[in-house]
Amino acid sequence: MTTATLLEPRKRSDLLRTVGFVALPLVILVWSFIDLTLGRELVEWIPYLASGFAMNIVISLSAMALGTMVGAIFGILELAPYRLVRYPVVAYVQIFRNAPHLVLIFATTYIFPFEIVIFGNYLPFPDWVKAVIGLAIPASAYVAEITRGAILSIATAQWEAAKGLGFSRGQAMRWIILPQCLRRSLPPWMNVAASITMGTALASLVGVHELLHAATDASTAVRRLDFTIIAYLVVMAAFFMLCYPIARLTRRLERRFNAA
Amino acid sequence: MNTFANNAIVRLEDVHLSFGQTEVLKGIDLTVNKGDAVSIIGPSGSGKSTILRCINALVAPQSGRITVGGTRVDQLTKESERIALRKRVGIVFQQYNLFPHLTVLDNIVLAPTRILGVDRREAEKLARHLLEKVRLVEKANAYPGQLSGGQQQRVAIARALAMKPELVLFDEVTSALDPETVGEVLWVIRDLVRDGMTSILVTHEMRFAEEISDTVVFTENGRVVDRGSPEQIFRNPDNPRVRQFVSGLSGHNAMRDGEGI
Repeated sequence: MTTATLLEPRKRSDLLRTVGFVALPLVILVWSFIDLTLGRELVEWIPYLASGFAMNIVISLSAMALGTMVGAIFGILELAPYRLVRYPVVAYVQIFRNAPHLVLIFATTYIFPFEIVIFGNYLPFPDWVKAVIGLAIPASAYVAEITRGAILSIATAQWEAAKGLGFSRGQAMRWIILPQCLRRSLPPWMNVAASITMGTALASLVGVHELLHAATDASTAVRRLDFTIIAYLVVMAAFFMLCYPIARLTRRLERRFNAA
Repeated sequence: MNTFANNAIVRLEDVHLSFGQTEVLKGIDLTVNKGDAVSIIGPSGSGKSTILRCINALVAPQSGRITVGGTRVDQLTKESERIALRKRVGIVFQQYNLFPHLTVLDNIVLAPTRILGVDRREAEKLARHLLEKVRLVEKANAYPGQLSGGQQQRVAIARALAMKPELVLFDEVTSALDPETVGEVLWVIRDLVRDGMTSILVTHEMRFAEEISDTVVFTENGRVVDRGSPEQIFRNPDNPRVRQFVSGLSGHNAMRDGEGI
């Protein structure tokens, strides 16, 4: 087989992906130019939609940051030699890994108070922060499983070598096992990141001003069917632009690690 | 056997060990003097590697006394005490087990800096010196995956030495290597032994064991069958079982082929 025939399927699928990447924005653009009244309406609403999308990004980043921190610790604790530590953590992970994100967002929204009192000071507890927690909980459960799996995937010979040099369990974990886990857990971690990012749209259901919520606002205000359609196309395009690069990067990293 | 008892750095007395129902060690006695090289030979499955693992407390025997440099290993109860012991006893494994995410230099520097608290610059200086010793200075910044088996094993030896151990245990360190690179690893060990590093080797390299050992111990089925000078074991074995084993090694190196790995 020649190199050309080997490369061809790859090239074609790259082309397809690129088409996918520009198709939605292209439809939106062309349609706006065909019907300029629609285009003008859209341009007017774009800043409002963008402010909503900024909230999606903030929620997604915060939830992933929190979820990753907690999840990494929980993943390590899932393998703790003490049952008293291990069992509660395993229960947490199993329960929240199998709970719908929407349920958790509703739960955090309606369980937590709207403000918290710290030393007599009233601190507001806004809904978007509750959404962050609602998404950070499943994220932490997924990340815990990823971490646990990565730790278990490291050959026991690595532990033995560390032990033979005089490393304690904790030291071996910190300096030898976890650094190797980082590489292995990056691709699955990015899958979680993409899924949580898409999940941020659920926050609209509890009244957080994010992209989906903003699009609903806009379509209610404009009251044009074609505008409603294009507004939701913008929502889809925005999420696609955010999540698709993550998915692509994940696939590339997976390929690289498989080759290494 | 106890002539140099005062000099003994390792002593095993009547060590028994079982994994579940399998009795692996059935009363091992062994004395290693400071500065000596002792080779443990014998057929596969005779418990040779387990003896090494007992010495640095990677496994605990059910009964018997193990003394390493004044420490009663069999009486250690806390993990921290076992860790303290392992800092003093280096071990090199058959599969080298280098840390794949670290460069050669970092593999060697990691334990001294993180465990002993040695200054990074000082640890690097020692590491480079050790790399010189194992003839791999030019590979300091390579990753283990870029090295041949023999090179990786030499790094593993340097890594063990970086802890400045009182003795080094070599667990079939050439068994996983292709024949071409066995020689370079044996060279390094030979140098070490000549420098007076106390070494206990489990090996299938009979000619090498004969050349460098002060004492050769023949084990089979968890017991020491015979021990003596290399000449006595390889040239004039009294024990019929040893004689049979040794004469089975045409040119001493047949074992390598028989061993498979």
